[in-house]
Amino acid sequence: MKKFLSLALALCLAVSMAACGGSASSSAATSDTASAAVSGSAASAGAIKIGVSGPLTGSAAQYGEGVANGVQLAVEEINAMGGIQFEYRAEDDVADPESAVNAYNTLMDWGMQLFAGTVTSDACIAAAELANEDNVFMMTPSATAVEAIAYPNAFRMCFSDPNQGAASAQYIGDHQLATKVAVIYDSSSTYSSGIYENFAAAAADNGFEIVAAEAFTSDSNQDFSVQLQAAQSAGAELVFLPIYYSEASLILSQANTMGYAPQFFGCDGLDGILNAENFDTSLAEGVLLLTPYVPGVDEVTTEFTEKYTEKFGIAPNQFAANAYDVVYAMKAACEAAGVTADMSASDICDAILGVIGDVEISGVTGASISWDAESGEPNKEPRAVVIRDGAYTAPNDAADAQEAPAEDASSVAAESVSEAA
Amino acid sequence: MGLKNLGRTSRKNLVTYLIAVLAFVILEGMVLTGNISNMLEGQLVPICAYVIAAVSLNLTVGILGELSLGHAGFMSVGAFAGALFSVSMEDTITVTWLRFVLALIIGAVAAGAMGVLIGIPVLRLQGDYLAIVTLAFGEIIKNVLNAVYLGVDENGLHFSMKDSIALGLSENGKVLIKGAQGIVGTPRDSTFIWGFALVMLTLFIVLNLIKSRTGRAVMSIRDNRIAAESVGINITKYKMIAFSLSAALAGVAGVLYAHSFSSLVASKFDYNLSIQILVFVVLGGIGSIRGSMIAAAVLTVLPEMLRSFSEYRMLVYAIVLIVMMIFNQSPKMVEWRKRVFAGRLKGAGHNAAKKGGA
Repeated sequence: MKKFLSLALALCLAVSMAACGGSASSSAATSDTASAAVSGSAASAGAIKIGVSGPLTGSAAQYGEGVANGVQLAVEEINAMGGIQFEYRAEDDVADPESAVNAYNTLMDWGMQLFAGTVTSDACIAAAELANEDNVFMMTPSATAVEAIAYPNAFRMCFSDPNQGAASAQYIGDHQLATKVAVIYDSSSTYSSGIYENFAAAAADNGFEIVAAEAFTSDSNQDFSVQLQAAQSAGAELVFLPIYYSEASLILSQANTMGYAPQFFGCDGLDGILNAENFDTSLAEGVLLLTPYVPGVDEVTTEFTEKYTEKFGIAPNQFAANAYDVVYAMKAACEAAGVTADMSASDICDAILGVIGDVEISGVTGASISWDAESGEPNKEPRAVVIRDGAYTAPNDAADAQEAPAEDASSVAAESVSEAA
Repeated sequence: MGLKNLGRTSRKNLVTYLIAVLAFVILEGMVLTGNISNMLEGQLVPICAYVIAAVSLNLTVGILGELSLGHAGFMSVGAFAGALFSVSMEDTITVTWLRFVLALIIGAVAAGAMGVLIGIPVLRLQGDYLAIVTLAFGEIIKNVLNAVYLGVDENGLHFSMKDSIALGLSENGKVLIKGAQGIVGTPRDSTFIWGFALVMLTLFIVLNLIKSRTGRAVMSIRDNRIAAESVGINITKYKMIAFSLSAALAGVAGVLYAHSFSSLVASKFDYNLSIQILVFVVLGGIGSIRGSMIAAAVLTVLPEMLRSFSEYRMLVYAIVLIVMMIFNQSPKMVEWRKRVFAGRLKGAGHNAAKKGGA
């Protein structure tokens, strides 16, 4: 009896596998319609297919959602303009390397020509390996690890971990914000520990000392009193938080409860703290953060923020902003390289790699963004933001901080915004 | 000669091997003829790794009769040991198969040694207590691996539990294990053929162990510990053999898994993975090696096949799991299945007899 059953099971297995292997194209077609809710863009004949892979479910879902929404908004805008047409599909990878490889392969079965992923670093490293083998052009909106874009076909829109760590240290040094700095970071997160290490390495050069480096892990991210007490007793004037806003909002509340009020300083992960659940935004007053996306810093970002908020009913975070720019970068690169929808992914990649060094766009995460064709890193200015009266505003000394001439226009705009606020 | 001369168990085992071979031949044929989707092709090696992990856990849960909730911990020890070896030897040993075989041996030995180490305190307990302690050990292994930094330069190895700056590497140094980021750049040595070979090896080891004197001793402990002790079976020894062998095989699964992705993070091997492997075993039937194998393969592919449900994918997965569990294991369903199948067979036999009579 058991034998019959197991044979039947084995048969089912073989059939189901054969079905999913043999009918790759038809299953892709059916899931096209099924994922229409996600992609929302009508498949047109001459559309270039952009694949997105990110955590759409699970604990990091808001990052993946932001990216998927940002891509959707940009694709719809570009398609409405005429000219190059895009089609996109977002697959869930739960921020896990194994699922990212599966998501990547699913997207390849769908016929992906450009890869806008993945959202998180560990997943990106695994998927980049395959993208390199298949020679698919990829630009990740938000994977910050150095290794995520190790290959020549891989680029990114966000700043890398070393870049953010060093830029934060430099900002603190240049503005003489503090001489004694404490760091509270998530040692179980690649992003957080990556920034911390580079921040620590750059500390001495920028004239401050790290008096306390307190780690926590994702298993113990509710109570931060021990870390805050260590920072307080070490006499830190500034607490550096290279972490995501969900934990940072708890840290700010708990620091307030214990009457500890140093200067708090964060990176792009803190972006979104004003929308954190059950968080009293007055506690974030005076928090400084270094992020590429500042709502309302210039007209482009204001327009983006309004459109996004209207469409999705939630304010965009930096993931959405980076993803939005990625699509526009892909558009600019496709136009420069003369890419058409009937080219294979590999041909598109070769064509784009030839011109990517000359592509320059003006987006929501930077007035002028270009790429180093060798390393794949973006060239754009990090923007400092201070939270005042429950809104992100440019610090008063923005003009001093941003000495690059290209930034003059935006910093003037930032000035006027901060005065208005 | 023929199937009839073989014992009942041998025949059952033969069917198990045949299922594995058949699945391999069909899938490999699809790969060679290019009739396979990228998605399924990319999953072939992880499926093999999960099959090995499930079969090895069945050794502890089904044969030894102790519930282990920390199996992913052993898998991660094997994965990290094997991947660490491959990353550091990538330039020294350029023969892929040799490097992979050595990585497998190192991973199996490391996980097996960890199994002995953890087995010493754990196997003193029984039942629920043992299950909880293995859960704790699984978490300990994950958290320790999450905090380890290991680097190498011309002065030798550097180790730290703090951060990679504390390693104090020289300029030529290379960080091998980067804490939360784990091991990056593992050569992707594992192929489907390797995966299949290792599945067969695992089946061979486990199925033969069950049939052997040792296996019978282990099962006698499961069935009645006091009776087993009274006939002079060394309980500790046999428990330890089963537990550490199970850990070593999980280590093999880990090595296979680690070499199919270029990034390996410890957080993957959390209790969710342990529970997932346990689900394979329970769904396939505790003690049924063949069941573990099939359940692991089906449940690994299933979430990917459900991608068209987008956000509701894991919800659908859970529902399918519940339905399969009820169909396979609920006593009423088993009874119903038996009745239906037996009725049909009886009916067939009856008809045949009638025909013969007429």
